[in-house]
Amino acid sequence: MHINRADGTLDPSLDPGLSIDQLVSLYKAMVRTRVVDDRLERLQRQGRIAFHVGSMGEEAAIIGAAAALRDHDWIVPCYREVGALLWRGYPLQRYIDHMYGNAGDPVRGRQMPDHTFSREHRYLAVSAPIGTQIPHAVGMAMAAKKRGLDECVGVFFGDGATSSNDFHAAMNFAAVYQAPVLFLCRNNGYAISLPAERQTAVPRLSEKGAAYGVPALRVDGNDVLAVWKSVREGVRRATEGDGPTFVELATYRLGGHSTSDDPRAYRGDDEVERWRKADPLRRLRAHIERRDAWSEAMDADWRAACESEVRECVQRAEETPAAELGDLFTDVYAEPPWHLREQRAQCLDGPRAEGEEHEP
Amino acid sequence: MTSMNLVQAIRSGLREAMRQDDDVMLLGEDIGKLGGVFRVTQGLEEEFGADRVLDTPLSETGIIGTAIGMALHGLRPVSEIQFADFIYPGFDQLVNEAAKYRYRTAGELHVPMVVRTPYGGGIRGGQYHSQSPEALFIHTPGLKVVCPSNPYDAKGLLMEAIRDEDPVIFFEPKRVYRAVKMDVPDEPYAVPLGQAKVVRSGAQVTCVAWGAMLYEAFSAAETAAGQGVDVEVIDLRTLWPLDIDTLVSSVEKTGRFVIVHEAPRTCGFGSELVALLTERAFLHLEAPPVRVTGWDTPFPLTHEREYLPLAHRIVPALLETARY
Ligand SMILES: Cc1ncc(C[n+]2csc(CCOP(=O)(O)OP(=O)(O)O)c2C)c(N)n1
Repeated sequence: MHINRADGTLDPSLDPGLSIDQLVSLYKAMVRTRVVDDRLERLQRQGRIAFHVGSMGEEAAIIGAAAALRDHDWIVPCYREVGALLWRGYPLQRYIDHMYGNAGDPVRGRQMPDHTFSREHRYLAVSAPIGTQIPHAVGMAMAAKKRGLDECVGVFFGDGATSSNDFHAAMNFAAVYQAPVLFLCRNNGYAISLPAERQTAVPRLSEKGAAYGVPALRVDGNDVLAVWKSVREGVRRATEGDGPTFVELATYRLGGHSTSDDPRAYRGDDEVERWRKADPLRRLRAHIERRDAWSEAMDADWRAACESEVRECVQRAEETPAAELGDLFTDVYAEPPWHLREQRAQCLDGPRAEGEEHEP
Repeated sequence: MTSMNLVQAIRSGLREAMRQDDDVMLLGEDIGKLGGVFRVTQGLEEEFGADRVLDTPLSETGIIGTAIGMALHGLRPVSEIQFADFIYPGFDQLVNEAAKYRYRTAGELHVPMVVRTPYGGGIRGGQYHSQSPEALFIHTPGLKVVCPSNPYDAKGLLMEAIRDEDPVIFFEPKRVYRAVKMDVPDEPYAVPLGQAKVVRSGAQVTCVAWGAMLYEAFSAAETAAGQGVDVEVIDLRTLWPLDIDTLVSSVEKTGRFVIVHEAPRTCGFGSELVALLTERAFLHLEAPPVRVTGWDTPFPLTHEREYLPLAHRIVPALLETARY
């Protein structure tokens, strides 16, 4: 499916009819996510944060899907979807504090950067092992159905994850139990260095959903309107008792896999340049400019506003002390057993380490 | 001889093993063009071709399960699991299959394969890029477990592991992947499995470590020496089967011992070492055994240097044990 054309016009037969205000908000959220990504990448290069995994090029797939879900529907992320969390109003300061693992980090400096969580925003906790979150989403959807809640669950994962055991188990359970779940497969062309066509021999990953009896379609993931429309249709199906939907969001990872990656080792600049022309931000901008709802000057102002917002958050994060050392020992169990109370005391009363760890 | 770090020495071991034996195959995620996320296999796809260096789909079950099949059918697969933290989807294949083929076929079939994996903390990787799961595999009858600390041992042990007739899990200390350099022969050689090495001899306390923590144990021993305590440091190199003789004779001499490992304390390999040495050297012991280990929590990010059993925690343990 393809709605927003490169020249900014829409295919009138498919236009889902979002208001111009909605379209401008989507665009602004996509730009803001891009600006945050950019800044975090630089902070990592300067050694000020440990790591960052960005979403450059995938903003339409991520934010478009988040916008099509209802705010009370759980989002079960992979690790590249902070744009969806910010879309739901998660405070940028909290995210930046998490990136620093400081005392403001909601997960108390325990997880790698970009592995955050917000119950309030119904955004499940990121886990690094690939694919493990997919069955959780199915279980949450089964629970919502059993409890008679008007809810569905949207779970994000990459093309690589469709090779994992957990993906297959999740597809099967979702179809067998008709769980109200949306499988949001960000096919960004690569799993680190492995191109999607060497990940799986079928050309369309949506077939992997169909094989289990999950209705599946593939859409242009750089077209925020196509993403929105297909995900909203999945939400309708889920809430009307029609079970799961698989949406393959065909997109492209413009950046490296993460700040630890150098993509020049496995792909050519010409390929990246080709995809830059299909940048989802450009297309949506062309459309809203065409409708006189956006302009060059507004764009520059918005970017500058986002940049200063991030700069302020970074400054505050750097002034905030590190996460509490004693927190190392909480939340392993509901109540710390004797051995953790003992180890906590040993650690707090013991000698402190000097120096800092560095990348190997 | 070439001066090599761990990454280069392991690569050299793989290359020599592949040159010597056409049946040696590599499997793993991103190990082709990229050369692995730590670049251990850099250049190997180019030299040996994509049908001996399989840049696989993202499935540890697929990697380890098909490697078992290859090993059953005449090949010598060496798999790379990108981080030890991601070995668990292949755990069933390792524990229920690789480890048990020999036993369940009364020795008719066996699985000569190696699973290499970077393990341990110290790269600011948080709970999923820092784990040290060696005890899970030591606990599994049928698996051998190796963990080199330096480039020379790494290459020699790896070449020996590839020739070994049993499945070997080869843990690579990624914290020191590039930190230690030493002269390593360019040609093939072996360091036998099952032999520990006394890297510093001493009379008063035995300190046992492996992998990245060996350096912490060594530096703690030097500090302790400055305070009049003479520590013997042993690098286990092969964790299982254990070189029990070297350990027992050291503890018989010193009468005191400290075990250091990154993994959480409870049921870590230190527990088994304490049991074995207490059973065998009880009458020689002058002090209770001590374990300096990771805490019994998931691996943290911000405070990883307080989680790891670094020298600042080993030194007091050595001094207290010596003065007990
Ligand atoms: C079980 C497991 N194996 C390996 C890894 C290492 N790893 C991290 S991300 C990644 C690639 C994931 O690709 P994909 O699912 O396509 O998602 P993308 O990063 O492209 O968004 C790999 C292999 C992991 N995190 N978990």
